[in-house]
Amino acid sequence: MEKFTTLTGVAAPLPIVNLDTDKIFPAIYLKTIKRTGLSQWLFQEIRFRPDGSENPDFVLNQAPYRKAKFLIGAENFGCGSSREHAPWALHDFGIRCVVAPSFADIFYNNCFKNGILPIALPKEIVDMLMEDARKGANAVMTVDLESQTISRPDGEKVHFELDAFRKHCLLNGLDDIGLTEQKAADIGAYEQRAQLARPWQFGMTQRGV
Amino acid sequence: MASPRTLFDKIWDNHVIAPQGEGTYLIYIDLHLIHEVTTPQAFEGLKLAGRKVRRPDATIAVADHNIPTTNRVAGAAGIDNPESKLQVDALERNVKEFGVPYFPITSLDQGIVHIIGPEQGLSQPGMTIVCGDSHTATHGAMGALAFGIGTSEVEHVLATQTLIQSPAKNMLVEVNGGLGAGVSPKDVILAIIAKIGTAGGTGHVFEYAGSTFRDMSMEGRMTVCNMSIEAGARAGLVAPDEKTIAYVMGRPYAPKGAAWEQAVAYWRTLPSDPGAKYDKEAHLDAADIAPHVTWGTNPEQAAPVTGRVPDPAQIEDPLRRAAVERALQYMQLKPNTLLTEVPVQRVFIGSCTNSRIEDLRAAAAIARGRKVAEGVTALVVPGSGHVKHQAEEEGLDRIFLEAGFQWRDAGCSMCMSMNDDKALNGERIASTSNRNFEGRQGKNAKTHLMGPAMAAAAAVTGRISDVRDLA
Ligand code: SF4
Repeated sequence: MEKFTTLTGVAAPLPIVNLDTDKIFPAIYLKTIKRTGLSQWLFQEIRFRPDGSENPDFVLNQAPYRKAKFLIGAENFGCGSSREHAPWALHDFGIRCVVAPSFADIFYNNCFKNGILPIALPKEIVDMLMEDARKGANAVMTVDLESQTISRPDGEKVHFELDAFRKHCLLNGLDDIGLTEQKAADIGAYEQRAQLARPWQFGMTQRGV
Repeated sequence: MASPRTLFDKIWDNHVIAPQGEGTYLIYIDLHLIHEVTTPQAFEGLKLAGRKVRRPDATIAVADHNIPTTNRVAGAAGIDNPESKLQVDALERNVKEFGVPYFPITSLDQGIVHIIGPEQGLSQPGMTIVCGDSHTATHGAMGALAFGIGTSEVEHVLATQTLIQSPAKNMLVEVNGGLGAGVSPKDVILAIIAKIGTAGGTGHVFEYAGSTFRDMSMEGRMTVCNMSIEAGARAGLVAPDEKTIAYVMGRPYAPKGAAWEQAVAYWRTLPSDPGAKYDKEAHLDAADIAPHVTWGTNPEQAAPVTGRVPDPAQIEDPLRRAAVERALQYMQLKPNTLLTEVPVQRVFIGSCTNSRIEDLRAAAAIARGRKVAEGVTALVVPGSGHVKHQAEEEGLDRIFLEAGFQWRDAGCSMCMSMNDDKALNGERIASTSNRNFEGRQGKNAKTHLMGPAMAAAAAVTGRISDVRDLA
């Protein structure tokens, strides 16, 4: 995975509460067996009109925001389906950081696996950043992961909280599976204990009827 | 003495392998259910890294989302849509290459992943169960910690049989009392979501407790747990009791003989200890719960069927008001309209929420001797080959067919419309599924979620109806 250290770019305002992953990435395009090139379907229903042309009212179709790297969202961002296609499509579009008052758990997890930094901040602060994001070409923010700060367009810094393990993985671009494989001895020991305690679970799906 | 623990705490403690840093743990996964939509990229990742599936014997695969609900005998070859076929073909290739057991499309064992887990006796109390699908919480009805994961995590579980997780908080959702006539488990969960909101459970695992759940059938508990995610919860659990044990007994993958005795003894240790603490609680009285329907575009936007479409002008918070306005615009509903005056053009009885035999019986009881209203297309899609078979043994298929419903083969079908079953031209649907998101059941489709008897009532009247008026 690519490392995430600092990021500077335009922030797009997206004040939609309960923005679900069906809206971020519609179910009909889940038929892909790839994880790249998915931005063509990002926000499909709101980004395009029925005839396939761009909806000029949608923020990511407006000049400064076409290159947005940040999204400033509302409560319960990314709720609904577990589809990782949502962060894949956001990443493919160029979004690397999403700020919102709250996130749905699965979406929040999925972001970290794909080099996107989700930041939860109190609503008053998100409201401020939302106002900043409305400044078009001037809505430029910087996030510094090491110091856990966002710099607003006026230079003021906002601190955010983040779990230390996730921060470490993002900063170093660590692949979770590789990390877990280093714990192979622990996993093996656990399996031995589990097999004594719950022997019926071993060989289960291959046993059948 | 150790402090009292909840059911969730016990399952969690039993599965922690090692701490993985501040507040994060490596936990073991007992059962991994996989389907065709969220796994192709995970298998591709394994291949690229030269990794194997660590526990094929704890993994099981089924194709459910993309498959047609007609002409099933043809197997994958009968899938017309080339992209759907590509996904199913990829799954069939991957399970072969990685040695993962698979229920073929042509088998009676095939069905929606969350239907077949409990049905086959695979989902058992005390297990950790994951699936690349947010409705995995369904298996919580068995007293298992079951939750949805993304594709990267699917790959992680395939490779290591573990996940890196932070523990959830505990939330008690208590409902007491008997349900009124015509009130189903679906109404209970819709009422819970309407009360606590789609983010009310974020970061928490629900434990459903109280006499209403104790008295509820296993299938009813599955309907409730299924929609835990719609309240934002990571998972939903019901403590295993004698009903749970009786349900698992004798199923194909359930433990047998001495292993059965050992398993049951373990399962009996799982319920929450008296005095266990919860971080959050919600309490409802069953007597207050009426049949519910949704009027908006997320599951919290629900109301008793006797109610009216809300008026955004009455909502103070500007973001909430905008959300309701947007929902009503999409749904093409006017504020203050009586819900029972809303006409429907399509009815879908199915999905992992409501496609078990009890659901089909409840719908058939309303359909019996009546006719699907003029201008309404109504589909009944059983949750598995076995549910379909049993319904046919009981003659439910004939009741539906005589009433003018279509009787289909098992799969997700119109719940998410990845196959050819979808609403056309922005039709309004009475649906027993779990999500009323924009566009989920077809372009501009307007979904109203409700229970199976309510959906059957909508089919025969051509509008949203109070099932209690038809019983
Ligand atoms: S029935 Fe619907 S919610 Fe359930 S697994 Fe299938 S698509 Fe998902």
